[in-house]
Amino acid sequence: MSRIIDKTAAELAADIREGRLTSVEATTAFLDRIAAVDGTIKAFLHVDRDGALATAAEVDAAIAAGETVGPLAGVPIAIKDVVVTKGLPTTAASKILEGWIPPYDATIVERIKAAKMPILGKTNMDEFAMGSSTEYSAYFKTLNPWDTGRIPGGSGGGSAAAVAAKMAPLAIGTDTGGSIRQPGAVTGTFGAKPTYGGNSRYGLIAFSSSLDTPGPVSRNALDAALLHEVISGYDPRDSTSIDAPVPPVVEAAKTGANGDLTGVKLGVVREFESTYDDAEQGVVDAFRQSVDQLAKLGAEIVEVSCPSFAYALPTYYLIAPSEASSNLARYDGVRYGLRAGDDGKHSLEEVMSLTREAGFGPEVKRRIILGTYALSAGYVDAFYGKAQKVRTLIKQDFEKAFTQVDAIISPTTPFVAFEFGARTGDPYQMYLADLYTIPTNMYGGPGVSVPVGLSEGMPVGLQVMGPVLGDDITYRVAAALESTQDVLLADTAPELEGK
Amino acid sequence: MSTISREEVAHLARLARLEVTDDELDAFAGQLDVILQSMKTLAEVDTDGVQPTSHAVPLVNVFREDQPQPSLPRDAVLAGGPDTAEDRFRVPRILDEEA
Repeated sequence: MSRIIDKTAAELAADIREGRLTSVEATTAFLDRIAAVDGTIKAFLHVDRDGALATAAEVDAAIAAGETVGPLAGVPIAIKDVVVTKGLPTTAASKILEGWIPPYDATIVERIKAAKMPILGKTNMDEFAMGSSTEYSAYFKTLNPWDTGRIPGGSGGGSAAAVAAKMAPLAIGTDTGGSIRQPGAVTGTFGAKPTYGGNSRYGLIAFSSSLDTPGPVSRNALDAALLHEVISGYDPRDSTSIDAPVPPVVEAAKTGANGDLTGVKLGVVREFESTYDDAEQGVVDAFRQSVDQLAKLGAEIVEVSCPSFAYALPTYYLIAPSEASSNLARYDGVRYGLRAGDDGKHSLEEVMSLTREAGFGPEVKRRIILGTYALSAGYVDAFYGKAQKVRTLIKQDFEKAFTQVDAIISPTTPFVAFEFGARTGDPYQMYLADLYTIPTNMYGGPGVSVPVGLSEGMPVGLQVMGPVLGDDITYRVAAALESTQDVLLADTAPELEGK
Repeated sequence: MSTISREEVAHLARLARLEVTDDELDAFAGQLDVILQSMKTLAEVDTDGVQPTSHAVPLVNVFREDQPQPSLPRDAVLAGGPDTAEDRFRVPRILDEEA
């Protein structure tokens, strides 16, 4: 473990701050790693070598001048392509935004820049964050560094693969139904979906506005917590931003690393038990071993009942596509990106339809049609309205459970990374990847995925869900589990051949 | 019995301004049927008297002083458009030439 790219973000930050390493050296090491392995993994849609090195040089100059810098200053980061970055191409992995250069930064990007973190580039994803495998990127597939015949999860497969392959120590993801946590689970990385409203959505390309949440991707809980604190907090430009103190996640990750969970009550969901028959045995086994492990660390394991969780998946697939069909109406071929069929013979409406047909991929079209259906007159009460009411029941299940326990644990996803093409033919099979992650999005609370073991040689993640604004407990439990691993699971990924 | 017909999918695609192909119609009709069947399970849930949730975290209206602030530079915004002219986005013909 002597290479720069093997260091955690916390180690890199300390080395840079204390003069053992320059940010230019660190950033160069990750850019070189990208040059060596991303031809194979294809995690990045765009790499900004010059921009990253310019920021790195500024950090080094600031430190040399004796300035006080933030906790992650000089540590490079990759950003999911659904987050707008001023002057850097941003497409949400869609052809409809090909060539668009945003004229502004998302709030979380402003905060990353203010923290003096060099931005390495933009990562691949399922188009508009719709998918669980990154196979729906309009550009190319991203490969799982653990087995290049398998998917890296989705929608944030690029961010997860970049961190798993040590092309970046940190990355930003977004999570609407599991898009940070499921890629984390299947690539052996750590991913956190913060409390909804704890992080600004300003500058996130909208998919489902009542669910979309940006969050950190890393190799361990402490690194994610450090990034969490950089990007979080109230933003007046996001009307659903919560004006409350950021939960003390860094402190919680450090406390958790002591490996003592005495007095912590952890819930296991009774209604998930019946789904384990359809989940992969290796995933269920790894989860049960982790439950035993947590009990050994002093946690009290309590069964909680959340009967409405059984309806979370259909509820999500009514609410999210409904919001998406409305949000994606803005791609009309007028203000950004693509325009098709504008030959002087087609009307505005025809040009709009031709543009959207040419610019959107199959999953996006499916969800727009589904959302249009769920919102259409005659169906809106039976579908969208009903889903909103079931969402209330899911929320109430969480609220009741959190009167009994401090956090809830489950597998992150029912199966390890599957092979390319295995689920694209049947969208519903793809949707099942988010079976355990979706309830938290419905409720708005935080959820993290921490690597806990292997099944068939592929990583398995455990999910820790907390109450709204209780992000700290999820980090504490995850860090406690990490403390039981001699070597972090993320650091046991197969070494990739450079080329 | 299928919940959604090919014709219905074509109608929805028109409403959503998607010029879908025949092949897509065939594929989507079958796939959407599977998805919609799963959603029918929601009908089992007793939601009498349950208030709908439209947002995860309860919020009240947020007010601020109405103060002018700089907006994005016009040229930077127009630069992202597929077709611009005379400092505006140019759009295809909306009205008939005779009109």
